[in-house]
Amino acid sequence: MNCRSEALEVSVEGRQVDEAMLALLHTILLHRSTGKFHYKKEGTYSIGTVGTQDIDCDFIDFSFVRVSSDELDRAIRKAVGEFKDAMGNGTDGMGQISLEFYQKKKSRWPFSDECIPWEVWSIKVNVVNLANEQERQICREKVGEKLGEKVINIVEVINRHEYLPKMPTQSEVDNVFDTSLKDVQPYLYKINFQITDTLGTSVSTTMRRLIKDTLAL
Amino acid sequence: MDSDLSPQDKKDLDKFMKFFALKTVQVIVQARLGEKVCTRSLSSPTGSDWFNLAIKDIPEVTHESKKALAGQLPGIGRSMCVEISLKTSEGDSMELETWCLEMNEKCDKDIKVSYTVYNRLSLLLKSLLAITRVTPAYKLSRKQGHDYVILYRIYFGEVQLTGLGEGFQTVRVGVVGTPVGTITLSCAYRTNLAFMSTRQFERTAPIMGIIIDHFVERPFGNMGHMHPCNYRAPGEDEGACNGVEDSQEVCTTSFSTSPPSQLYCSRLSYQPPDFCHPSTLNAADPHQMGVPGKEGGVPQQVPVQPCHGAQAEHRRVSSCPPADHVPATPYSRGEDAETSSRIVEVKSGSPCDVLETTFTRKVGAFVNKPGTQVTTASLDLPFAAFAPRAYDLEENDPMVQPPESSATSSPLQGSLHSQGSGESGGPAQDDFVMVDFKPAFSKDDLLPMDLGTFYREFQNPPQLASLTIDVSSQSMAEDLDSLPEKLAVYEKNIDEFDAFVDTLQ
Repeated sequence: MNCRSEALEVSVEGRQVDEAMLALLHTILLHRSTGKFHYKKEGTYSIGTVGTQDIDCDFIDFSFVRVSSDELDRAIRKAVGEFKDAMGNGTDGMGQISLEFYQKKKSRWPFSDECIPWEVWSIKVNVVNLANEQERQICREKVGEKLGEKVINIVEVINRHEYLPKMPTQSEVDNVFDTSLKDVQPYLYKINFQITDTLGTSVSTTMRRLIKDTLAL
Repeated sequence: MDSDLSPQDKKDLDKFMKFFALKTVQVIVQARLGEKVCTRSLSSPTGSDWFNLAIKDIPEVTHESKKALAGQLPGIGRSMCVEISLKTSEGDSMELETWCLEMNEKCDKDIKVSYTVYNRLSLLLKSLLAITRVTPAYKLSRKQGHDYVILYRIYFGEVQLTGLGEGFQTVRVGVVGTPVGTITLSCAYRTNLAFMSTRQFERTAPIMGIIIDHFVERPFGNMGHMHPCNYRAPGEDEGACNGVEDSQEVCTTSFSTSPPSQLYCSRLSYQPPDFCHPSTLNAADPHQMGVPGKEGGVPQQVPVQPCHGAQAEHRRVSSCPPADHVPATPYSRGEDAETSSRIVEVKSGSPCDVLETTFTRKVGAFVNKPGTQVTTASLDLPFAAFAPRAYDLEENDPMVQPPESSATSSPLQGSLHSQGSGESGGPAQDDFVMVDFKPAFSKDDLLPMDLGTFYREFQNPPQLASLTIDVSSQSMAEDLDSLPEKLAVYEKNIDEFDAFVDTLQ
């Protein structure tokens, strides 16, 4: 099975990183979350209700909709916070945060379960430094417009109705969905990020090269 | 074709289409209420939330939707459209966007109705939730209030986009294939948001060139009325629950708000704080967010109030400014505009009535006055007009001696021309009209002058002594000769300099 990969790119000011990432990640997760499944006898199930919530950004002229789930919001904020910290505060830089939806494939002992991604969203972030308040105001509006375009892109991709995992049986539901939240049920996902230093090389690839070189000696 | 569809699937599909159309309208209208929408996730299904999404039903909106549908469903050649427009407090309106739910002939016969179509319709509604926050009308709707309101209109039939002006953009929200056709949901939105009131144009010429966007009288016969979101169909006393004609599983998700007879808010969700009442639902209805008041877009109980921007076909704005009112921008009104109009009138030189504020000069700015003034031939000051005048001119100058009838003459005037000592020259030519403005916080009880006077008085300070040295008289040789002496002095005081440098570190 091929993994579907989508890339988005935004340029933001340092203080806008959090909100921009939250806006895009939550928009994707809104479409990739369902209500909680309640399995009944005879293999049928009912689905809970997903609520939604409008969020206004403070540093960007933009509002977005997210799933009404504090647990999910906390998890996303934590990941975005780690990404932001890794990017550094207020300095120029580039980074990429990726949201990967995957399925688990059970393996026999002693092998661990395999995670097979079926959709990956990569969001490249360019952090810029602005000199004065006027530029910041312009950036506030421009980034808002750009995020709007990205939301339209996301919606366009999602509504192509390409591959989605089959609805699982009760025994398989944990291989497809994250059932740990109490109010909603997103598809299994993980968030990774990598930071690019100012030289344009990725820190992770540099480390990998160093280790390889060391082992080659 | 329909014949390939089982009766149960056909029935289900019709039901899905109907409730999808109703929910689509709810999402769009609620997104234009001007408030943040918030609904709660429920882990256990209630059986009443269509498409597994918590979307509340505003009864009036449901009523209007059903009225527009008139028992039909969106189909091929029969689109359901929701038109969002803006109406200013002066009665001018402009279409902002049109949301279209259409169906084309492309069928997907293999698709499962009760499962795949349903889930994809749910996904499409989520996409609609996201996209409604992205189009320009969303920001406008969040700022609606005294100056303008947002209205909606639902119609069925052919899509009409001519009212959106030139260069409108289209965004496709999504498509869902069904065995009877492909459902498409899209939005066409205006990009040219500048417009000018035709009424204002008739009164006076605009101050600045403003792009005119022409208004097209609606040619369509099936045009319904425009409604603000809390529109109440007059004369109706329907209860809160509507459309419970389907199975119990689809029992209405509309809320038992206060009876419609109290829903008199005349604008789309504008809620003056005094009249905001919490919804009555909170305890009973699990869908309702726990936050009372404005959350969730549920209509509030608001008594009738003479607010402008009322329903399109109802009252017009009664506050027509006077004929000499210089028009402000279309969205500004009220005292601010009137105040600015006074200032503008004075500056433009038009005859003006006695103003209550400062002065009664009837001559426009930059008008040459017959010269009874003392000339300032010996004085070559810039902005000489702002220099204090001689006392003998003051008696004749209405600027300084306002008519006694002016009760609120500025204390500035007396002090302005009595402080002649700061000036080195005589009074300046009276080429300019002294516009006595009152700077903010200008009155100072401690000193006999205010900020404006201070500014004028000290606009031409005397030259600094160090700058009046005639440099040309010193020669280079003299400079060089004086250098050793200076160096000796500096060396003598070197300890002081070092100590000073240390303090800086």
